[in-house]
Amino acid sequence: MDRKVYMVPNPSTPNNSIEFDPKICNGCNQCVEICRTDVLMPNPEKGKTPIVLYPDECWRCGCCVQECNRPGAITMIHPLNQSVVVNWKRKQTGENFRLGMLNPPPPNIRPPSG
Amino acid sequence: MVAWTEYIQRDVPIPDWPYPIRYGHETELKTDVLVLGGGISGCHAAINARRTGVKVLVVEKGATKWSGSGGAGVDHWIAACTNPCSNITPEEHTEVAMQSSGGYDCGPLRYVSCQESWDALLDCEQMGLQIRDINDEFKGADFRDDKTKLMFAYDYKNKITLRVYGHNVKPLLYREMRRLGIDIYDRVMVTSLLTEGGKQGTRVIGATGVNVRTGEFYIIRANATVLATGLPGRIWTFSTELRSTFRDFNNVGDGCAIAWNAGAEFAKMETSFGESGAFSYIEYAMGNSHNTWYGCPIVDARGKEVPWFDRDGRELKTVPERFQPAPGQRFMLGLGERVPSDYENQVNSLAPDLPERIRKGEFILPLYADLSLLPEHERRAIFGLMVGNEGKTRIPVYDVLTKAGFNPDKDLLQAPVMSPEAYESPNFWSGMVVPHWRIWGGGGLVVNWDLKSNLDGLYAAGGAIFGSGAHASAAASGRYAGRKAAAYAKSASELIVDRGQVDREKNRVYTPLKQNKHNIGWKELNAGICRIMQDYCGEYRSEETLRAGLRLLKELRESETSMLYAATPHELGRALECHTIITVGEIVMQASLARKASSMFLNLSRLDFPTKDPPEWQKLLPIKLMDGRVEVGELPFNYHLLSPYAPTYRENYQLHCGL
Repeated sequence: MDRKVYMVPNPSTPNNSIEFDPKICNGCNQCVEICRTDVLMPNPEKGKTPIVLYPDECWRCGCCVQECNRPGAITMIHPLNQSVVVNWKRKQTGENFRLGMLNPPPPNIRPPSG
Repeated sequence: MVAWTEYIQRDVPIPDWPYPIRYGHETELKTDVLVLGGGISGCHAAINARRTGVKVLVVEKGATKWSGSGGAGVDHWIAACTNPCSNITPEEHTEVAMQSSGGYDCGPLRYVSCQESWDALLDCEQMGLQIRDINDEFKGADFRDDKTKLMFAYDYKNKITLRVYGHNVKPLLYREMRRLGIDIYDRVMVTSLLTEGGKQGTRVIGATGVNVRTGEFYIIRANATVLATGLPGRIWTFSTELRSTFRDFNNVGDGCAIAWNAGAEFAKMETSFGESGAFSYIEYAMGNSHNTWYGCPIVDARGKEVPWFDRDGRELKTVPERFQPAPGQRFMLGLGERVPSDYENQVNSLAPDLPERIRKGEFILPLYADLSLLPEHERRAIFGLMVGNEGKTRIPVYDVLTKAGFNPDKDLLQAPVMSPEAYESPNFWSGMVVPHWRIWGGGGLVVNWDLKSNLDGLYAAGGAIFGSGAHASAAASGRYAGRKAAAYAKSASELIVDRGQVDREKNRVYTPLKQNKHNIGWKELNAGICRIMQDYCGEYRSEETLRAGLRLLKELRESETSMLYAATPHELGRALECHTIITVGEIVMQASLARKASSMFLNLSRLDFPTKDPPEWQKLLPIKLMDGRVEVGELPFNYHLLSPYAPTYRENYQLHCGL
């Protein structure tokens, strides 16, 4: 509440397309190098996570996550108007789940085939 | 962490642009074969040209390692007619595809795809792509051939579409390109084709480009050029507020625009489809039973399963029947072939009257995809293999959903809740179609049996050719066009670039840097162009609306577009894309004007010519610019089987394939 207030434009929409975990990301900028739409910019401070400059141009291909060799450093975020309706129901119990829910069930750790 | 708005609220200065600014600086390059676009078709073209010993240079707007519409992966490999298990010949597949398309399709491209799709996949396997069930995870499954360990989709009897582990296909192609010593120029947007004497309709001798990180200008001389620029988007709909585009965001038809300006001939530009634009859902992340999810049971809110039917209305009571052709049906073509579904080729599907049954209360919304009803092999194939490898699904769907706890063994994935009529197609995630929100229908360059355009020195592959669109087809045609361009490059004489053409282009390219900052930006302009396309070239078209649309596009080019402002090299690229989109829109409108008939096959509704596909209009209408004027020609559907060509697909292929 008592933080400094700047004159800034509204955040771009969708607000963010990927989230970096600064504890895992070492700022190697490999994701910056391969992002097709150049959504990401290198952080002026070396070794820090890239800056998401153009979240509005993210194609949501997930290639940055595939390219990253530090698992967990990058998390993809879908636009809320799409993710909010990704719902599923557990057949046995009838419980309802959705992407982004407050108390999600434990992850399904089975990797893709191959 | 760290979005820009957050970053700048930290008492730090606004960061400088991180790349050196080199506006106006020229780099001159020279190569034997120039490939425009580093997507699937471009990479295969480059690799196959390079293998013949010529020098190859690839120009890509994004980053070749992952970019292009097929850059994020592939799960289905279509038209693999020559794989050892296939029961369908390339001739038969091509004939059915041409027939189902009403003739409005490119014979050479279709046949080359059917002949070389499997070869292109074997190329990928050699580069390290997994195309077989080497771990025996699917041993005993109906869709697996135990000898070759190949796995098939849709039609398990005829085996022409393969299931593959394609999530890393692009990095593998990239590694091969590097190994072969192909020059790759990433972040370079191609802006024009250079032509002999700087004139329209003459031989293509290279291209110009601009770097979207530095603003540097490139002049590239080449003996042969392959247009491999894919399928355009952002022509009818554009809104970054809700979601991204269905097509690769970078692809707005730069290839179309530069080829058009050079005098290349196009066909099928008048075709398009309705879509749900920014209101679509995450591709394949919603319950559905289509394409990657083909065969998945759909149940209603109370668990009642929606029945499946074959083309003759025969109910398919068991799961294995969904993957077999109907009695008397030669084969099911499968999905993703960009061939209209007709009686001959159609796949089995959910009850065609599902909308009516929902209205009557027989099925209660929401509907769900219930993978748990499938045998383990089928369930794992859909979610673990297909969703795990398809473009834009490995991370965006498999990774995101499983991390959030979704378990295909136990959970029902909900379909979008929509009006009943939206459930007519089992491709539920595509949402409610708004008829005047259109998506590219497959227009592109007219090519001959060398996959060469009407311009000497200009070859085409993948989505740059009319009638194309699938990953395997891009790979196969890239393979072929790369060989042909290399052969031409070896014999072609070198030509001198016309400096006047370069200077005119350079002036156009940098105009957005010279404007006032308060002028219009690329996003608003893109959306404005789209509004013209929606209204004047949408579901219904007529002489008057198309002419009015052309006038509006011309005005937009002269007014708002001339005031377009770009603050960075990145914005410069996006600004130039607006020039492209206007040109592409003009081609689509001109092509729509040329066809004075409606067409079921082209999804074209002319209000003033409502009769669909009358016999006199059953032909291609190739269209091009000559001395700045639009010229419309006529081409019979089977132009590729008429003189000077041989009368059969096979003979033409053997005469031209260069193998």
